[in-house]
Amino acid sequence: MKFLVCISQTPDTTARVAFTPDGKAYDSTGVTFIMNPYDEWYALVRACELREALGGTVVAFHVGPAANETTIRKALAIGADEAVRVDAEPTSAAFTARQIAEYARSENFDLIFLGKETIDYNGAEVGAMVAEHLDLPYIALASKLDVEGSTAIVERDIEGGVEVVEVPLPLVVSAAKGMAEQRIPNMRGIMLARTKPLKVIPPVPVEEFVSVVKFTLPPPKAGVKLIDPENMDELVRLLHEEAKVI
Amino acid sequence: MVLVYAESPRGQIRKAAFEAVSFGRKLAEQLQMPCAAIVLGSVQGDAGELGRYGASRVFQVVHEGLHSLDSQVFTAVLAEAAQRLEASVLVLSHTSTGKTLAGRLAVRLKAGLVSGINGIASVGNDGSLQVLKPVFSGKATAEYSISSPVKVISLMGNAVRPEASGQPVPVEKLEIAVPAARVRVREVRTIEGRVPLPEAEIVVSAGRGMKDPSNWGIIEELANALGATTACSRPVADSHWRPHHEHVGQTGISIRPNLYIAVGISGAIQHLAGVNNSKVIVVINKDPEAPFFKAADYGVVGDLFEVVPRLTEAVRRFKAAQ
Ligand SMILES: Cc1cc2nc3c(=O)[nH]c(=O)nc-3n(C[C@H](O)[C@H](O)[C@H](O)COP(=O)(O)OP(=O)(O)OC[C@H]3O[C@@H](n4cnc5c(N)ncnc54)[C@H](O)[C@@H]3O)c2cc1C
Ligand SMILES: Nc1ncnc2c1ncn2[C@@H]1O[C@H](COP(=O)(O)O)[C@@H](O)[C@H]1O
Repeated sequence: MKFLVCISQTPDTTARVAFTPDGKAYDSTGVTFIMNPYDEWYALVRACELREALGGTVVAFHVGPAANETTIRKALAIGADEAVRVDAEPTSAAFTARQIAEYARSENFDLIFLGKETIDYNGAEVGAMVAEHLDLPYIALASKLDVEGSTAIVERDIEGGVEVVEVPLPLVVSAAKGMAEQRIPNMRGIMLARTKPLKVIPPVPVEEFVSVVKFTLPPPKAGVKLIDPENMDELVRLLHEEAKVI
Repeated sequence: MVLVYAESPRGQIRKAAFEAVSFGRKLAEQLQMPCAAIVLGSVQGDAGELGRYGASRVFQVVHEGLHSLDSQVFTAVLAEAAQRLEASVLVLSHTSTGKTLAGRLAVRLKAGLVSGINGIASVGNDGSLQVLKPVFSGKATAEYSISSPVKVISLMGNAVRPEASGQPVPVEKLEIAVPAARVRVREVRTIEGRVPLPEAEIVVSAGRGMKDPSNWGIIEELANALGATTACSRPVADSHWRPHHEHVGQTGISIRPNLYIAVGISGAIQHLAGVNNSKVIVVINKDPEAPFFKAADYGVVGDLFEVVPRLTEAVRRFKAAQ
């Protein structure tokens, strides 16, 4: 079986959110970047588990500049067999999805994994775009995935529950919490990662329809109003009369 | 026209659909266009009720192949409808269904897509549309401009209130070929009773301060008194005190209820990321230095085992007096 795992990079979850003075771009000064948790903890680990059980190869795919290679090496250390990097700044979901689809089109992957969303721009867009370019079924927000022959049995998160579906392979899925348990790369994995193949390919041009006008930070909160812990009637009154939420 | 896909998972038109139609109507007014809604599959009740929320026409494609979600099937049908009706903006909900379809539809319609928006910034004279979207898990807002002739947007839950001001309209059946599905549903497991977390207007959430899962009863009682849905911090879900689908935050569900009550949660940045777009935040914590107080509107410094039951009683008294 051939697995493709799409890996993105996001600011560390504790990173301060700030923008350039013109408000047009994220200010990454002093920010540490990490592999997007959904890609790392769930998509990549589940792909590796399936490869261990069924045989085959796991390819980690990343669209991003050479500076992001630490993230790709980490994916190799966790267990991907090889990696491909498209040498370009990922400017939009549409751009990224085209790069993934162009590469995957000729490679006959059985399963293409993505994360359910990136935790910075919170798009949840790329997976469905890739599936449409490749004319493949797509299951978003998958929290469990098993393969039986040429069929995938997938649980997807829905509002207030889960839906269990059967889908023929090949298939595109986006991984949500529950699909696997996070793996910490061990020393052997880190050593091996250095020798695993990492191919760099050029991007295909994409027509862009969406652009950033500006980013803004929310106004600071007015400050907390402290209520006497003995007087919860007062809290209820404020929630009703002042905040108007009950 | 502005075409709103009013989703109806398992035959039920849900709150998200009414929100999307209310939003679509306001957008259509700004664009000086009509607003229509489309429903796929048969639904319980009258789809024409969407007229009350601002759809001047309601279309429906009835076919048994539309009973459950297959993204290829739904994309083919919605794209065909959008083209036939010459929709210039297609509005979806940013739900599990919307996330499955939005990207596909954008590719199929050669449209620019911005998902998870919570408002319109402006309408350009050049036919562009500027939309607002929370990014960095709600820590900032991005304004995006969409320049393509056809646009796809999806609306975040609880971003607008559904407003019923108009009249029901007759439902117009659309004949569209429905391709064969490849996704087969084996089983649906829903959690009965409560409003699903992303739709909830009031959420009572608790963290490690609860000490032990056996103490959860006081949270349930407060939630019941308020008609709220319960949630939890990540360590609570990780230690299996509460189910995973209740975990909110950067790596859990992101919510924006009207009222979020955080009990015994310290307010770590990853937790705040999923809840700081709530309209009003109440924090109950015994540590006055807990970081959550900085993000709160109302705070109670005290022992949750005393404060929560007292609050529940106060809510009950208030409800009884209403
Ligand atoms: C990459 C990453 C992603 C993460 N994603 C998430 C996420 O999505 N969601 C999330 O929640 N966390 C997330 N976390 C974890 C987060 O950093 C915190 O560890 C977590 O939110 C803490 O949970 P807590 O507030 O319940 O527990 P604690 O931090 O232990 O806080 C317990 C609080 O309860 C109070 N307390 C104790 N006893 C009482 C009492 N009797 N009465 C009143 N108050 C009391 C204490 O004062 C304390 O403030 C993530 C972490 C990482 C590294
Ligand atoms: N630059 C990228 N390179 C490779 N995969 C990506 C990239 N950006 C996003 N993805 C994949 O697409 C998923 C969803 O991203 P998004 O639609 O932007 O929220 C991520 O979890 C990744 O799996």
